[in-house]
Amino acid sequence: MVKGSISKIAGPVITADGMKGSQMYEVVRVGDERLIGEIIELEENRAVIQVYEETVGMKPGGVVEGSGAALSVELGPGLLRMIYDGIQRPLEKIKEQTGDFIERGVDVPSLSRTEKWSFTPVVKKGDKVESGDILGEVPETEVIRHKVMVPPGVSGEVLSVAKSGDYTIEEMIVTLKTESGKTEISMLQKWPVRIGRPYKEKLDPTVPLLSGQRIFDTFFPLAKGGTAAIPGPFGAGKTVSQHQLAKWADADVIVYVGCGERGNEMTEVLEEFPNLEDPKTGKPLMERTVLIANTSNMPVAARDASIYTGATIAEYYRDMGYNVALMADSTSRWAEAMREISGRLEEMPGEEGYPAYLASRLAEFYERAGRVTALGSDGREGSLTMIGAVSPPGGDFSEPVTQNTLRITKVFWALDASLADRRHFPSINWLRSYSLYMDAVEPWWSDEISSMWRELRDKSMALLQKESELKEIVQLVGEDALPDRERLVLEAARMIREDFLQQNAFHEIDTYCSPKKQFEMLNLMIEFYNRADDAVSRNIPAKDITDLATIGEIARLKFVPEDEFEAKIVEIKKALNEEIRSLVDKYVER
Amino acid sequence: MALQLKEYTSVTEVAGPLMIVEGVEGAGYGELVDIRLSSDEKRRGQVLEIDGPRAVIQVFEGTKGIDTARTRVRFTGDPIKLPVAREMLGRIFDGTGQPIDKRPEILPDAFRDIHGAPMNPTAREFPREFIQTGISTIDGMNTLVRGQKLPIFSGSGLTHNELAAQIARQAKVLGEGEEFSVVFAAMGITFEEASFFMKDFERTGALEKVTAFLNLANDPAIERIITPRLALTTAEYFAFELGMHVLVILTDMTNYCEALREIAAARSEVPGRRGYPGYMYTDLSTLYERAGRMKDKPGTITQMPILSMPDDDITHPIPDLTGYITEGQFVLSRDLHRRGIYPPVDVLPSLSRLMKGGIGGERTRDDHANVSDQLYSAYAEGRDLRNLVAIVGEEALTDRDKRFLEFSDRFEKEFVTQDRDEDRSIERTLEIGWRLLSILPERDLKRIGADYIKKYHPAYKEGAKEASDKE
Repeated sequence: MVKGSISKIAGPVITADGMKGSQMYEVVRVGDERLIGEIIELEENRAVIQVYEETVGMKPGGVVEGSGAALSVELGPGLLRMIYDGIQRPLEKIKEQTGDFIERGVDVPSLSRTEKWSFTPVVKKGDKVESGDILGEVPETEVIRHKVMVPPGVSGEVLSVAKSGDYTIEEMIVTLKTESGKTEISMLQKWPVRIGRPYKEKLDPTVPLLSGQRIFDTFFPLAKGGTAAIPGPFGAGKTVSQHQLAKWADADVIVYVGCGERGNEMTEVLEEFPNLEDPKTGKPLMERTVLIANTSNMPVAARDASIYTGATIAEYYRDMGYNVALMADSTSRWAEAMREISGRLEEMPGEEGYPAYLASRLAEFYERAGRVTALGSDGREGSLTMIGAVSPPGGDFSEPVTQNTLRITKVFWALDASLADRRHFPSINWLRSYSLYMDAVEPWWSDEISSMWRELRDKSMALLQKESELKEIVQLVGEDALPDRERLVLEAARMIREDFLQQNAFHEIDTYCSPKKQFEMLNLMIEFYNRADDAVSRNIPAKDITDLATIGEIARLKFVPEDEFEAKIVEIKKALNEEIRSLVDKYVER
Repeated sequence: MALQLKEYTSVTEVAGPLMIVEGVEGAGYGELVDIRLSSDEKRRGQVLEIDGPRAVIQVFEGTKGIDTARTRVRFTGDPIKLPVAREMLGRIFDGTGQPIDKRPEILPDAFRDIHGAPMNPTAREFPREFIQTGISTIDGMNTLVRGQKLPIFSGSGLTHNELAAQIARQAKVLGEGEEFSVVFAAMGITFEEASFFMKDFERTGALEKVTAFLNLANDPAIERIITPRLALTTAEYFAFELGMHVLVILTDMTNYCEALREIAAARSEVPGRRGYPGYMYTDLSTLYERAGRMKDKPGTITQMPILSMPDDDITHPIPDLTGYITEGQFVLSRDLHRRGIYPPVDVLPSLSRLMKGGIGGERTRDDHANVSDQLYSAYAEGRDLRNLVAIVGEEALTDRDKRFLEFSDRFEKEFVTQDRDEDRSIERTLEIGWRLLSILPERDLKRIGADYIKKYHPAYKEGAKEASDKE
């Protein structure tokens, strides 16, 4: 291995001499405490290294030792339910070693070497297997069966398989006869984080990633394997939105990367998730979750690593044939980490001091999302959906990170501080947001829920658009000056905004809304509008209609439990009929 | 120290707050440096960068008087450590931790690295204990909890100091009598401001519970980099070793950030927005993230940084980056202040992210969350209507709109406004809230559950008869 010595220290970046023979992105150990670092620049004998831990106390002359390998993560059973730091060290284990505060130089394996997992083989001696083929299964948690796969680049004939039983991740479970001889396979794999894991073929997304959040699912849907950006100023609800997605998205596995954010937010997830039930499986949400936490006060270089660590773990579960969703909160902190390191390297800055490669790094990251046919002869499909929060300075969407992200992601959920100020949550601006997956997911809605879905959604959007135009007029002349039919548009749009788009993340029932309920709620609102519009055209005053008691009933629909709402809707429709009929009697028949 | 340390006289360059020493051997990044001037004055510095034999040092007390010929420099081999002890309670220190209250040096119980270490998220406990500050806009609508970091975003000339002092004076956790203290760090504020706080602490007899670190406007700017770290190191010792509940007031964070920018500029670093260094977010987080509470420890650190927004601009990098790290913010409004409203808290942009965990039946009252939501949305609507009235006149409003207008006016006069010594209980705050909400038509109280309306709405409380009349 290459051994050099420290010559320069500037914050998280150090320079070492005598490093000839090292590779770009090779992991090195720095100084007496053997801190972990990664080579990010090479020039003859010199290597520039970003160090993933605090560098205070480092001295010139200290030893730098190469490892010969790129920064990698450990993959195998035991990832789920864990909380890792940016370079995949389990935080629980760090706490056992250094107490309540994270000291540096802690060396702990990512996955337990002693824990035993119950392995059941699905291949037998003599089977021919290729890369990605499933060798056996392990019940990793109550909801996820971990598939032990042939590592990429390996294929051959099974010479021996371990019997069903309990094994550690390092014990060999399968021996293959390969072209070059024999290969032994254990449940533990390693993969370099900066390289995407291979798959057979990328496919177009077709199925929505349902989150039970009305504005996401119905108005700006995300597809499984798609990408979404959620930019917004502080206090607009980025983190609550990301948490809601992590809680209720109908993915099989969730990887949540807390990148440069608050420590208490990670603690909240840790306290909350084990006690929340997945609506699909009825099991605690933690059973399907991996957390990566690089809080804002942890070393900045590890923030860069945390994003890649998360993506690689997510891809690994995708390869097993699962639908995986990755939330990164916030990608702006990652970009700032790049900027800080770039500044220390004295690179020529691009826009706002960010490095010129900001756009390509963001694009590479989001491109790791997708619905794929995984390696392996069974042609199984898996997907990786990515949702990145962006924290634009001052809430200004024209800044480089937001702009470069929007060029790649297909869904834009625009958070709006003025909505948050009036406690309209989720404070997603319905006029600025968009989804390019509308056409892709329409067949699903049409088959599973109703063929009316797209029409209903478009009609609602049209009402909201119309409302914003009318509001400009109201600002000038007052609402009383509007004709009745237009006042009705305002009422219907208000209903959609307040009673449909607003959703209380902290309300027991409202926190999750099934697609069926979403559709029926919106359907009822549009039906109300149609009936009311019809009534107004028969000279019934809009004022009488906006006073109808049914409106209050519709508003409370979001708090009606999933198993009761259908009956409730029938009831409301009946009441609406009667109320309108009595108005007709009052005004028209006379 | 028994060990003889090598002394260097090889200062080659002095620029702004920085000093460069050549020919250095064995100095570590970030370590403390003792500097002795030709006048025999002692100063301290910290290693910012080492490039082979060349060390870049930031000098805390400023570089005035340093020469390149006779200045002697010693590398101590240690990061900057603060001696800490229980007896620091009731004491006043300067911005570098030297006592300035004419009392003896403290006898340290321990020495702590002033940079601290990140709290392990698995060791943290999510803050949920309600702190009653006696201020309606805070308790009722932006509840503070123990272990939270909640800054005051203010502007020059606003009453942020009065508000912070009132919070420090009145803050209590209901039904508990645990040990409580205040750590106060002043960065670049004027003598008068500092003296306002000290007098207020004295007047209320809180002084013996206060530890103050004062870096005033005429003290060296670079000192401001370590002042908040000394305060937080002390707070960590009080909270996590001695089990106290500590409130840390940091004022004014804007001066701290200016000092950061000064160093970055002296080092010719690539600037980020408005000349502030690109790592300002990370740097601020190493201060703010030191608030919190832990599973196995009784004490807590609650932080209340104060910053003045340049030109009242909330998108300025200092409030902006702060808001991204802290768990909410109280925003003071010049408009309210001009109208003579104290405290001039503008509730709309204000926020407490940890409120939801700190309120409710067991902690405050079951209707709290609903009432707060309703006050928010009603006040927001009332404020919109004010703009409308400015154009179309009040006559054009519907009866419903007029009620919202009345609501928002009275909200500012009765709910927001209170005396500087007025300590409102949470019940009182909610009662005022209900009184104001009763101005609005009941069907517009959409954010409040029907059962709470029955239970708390004045129309129902004042007697069953009235209630039945209403129906």
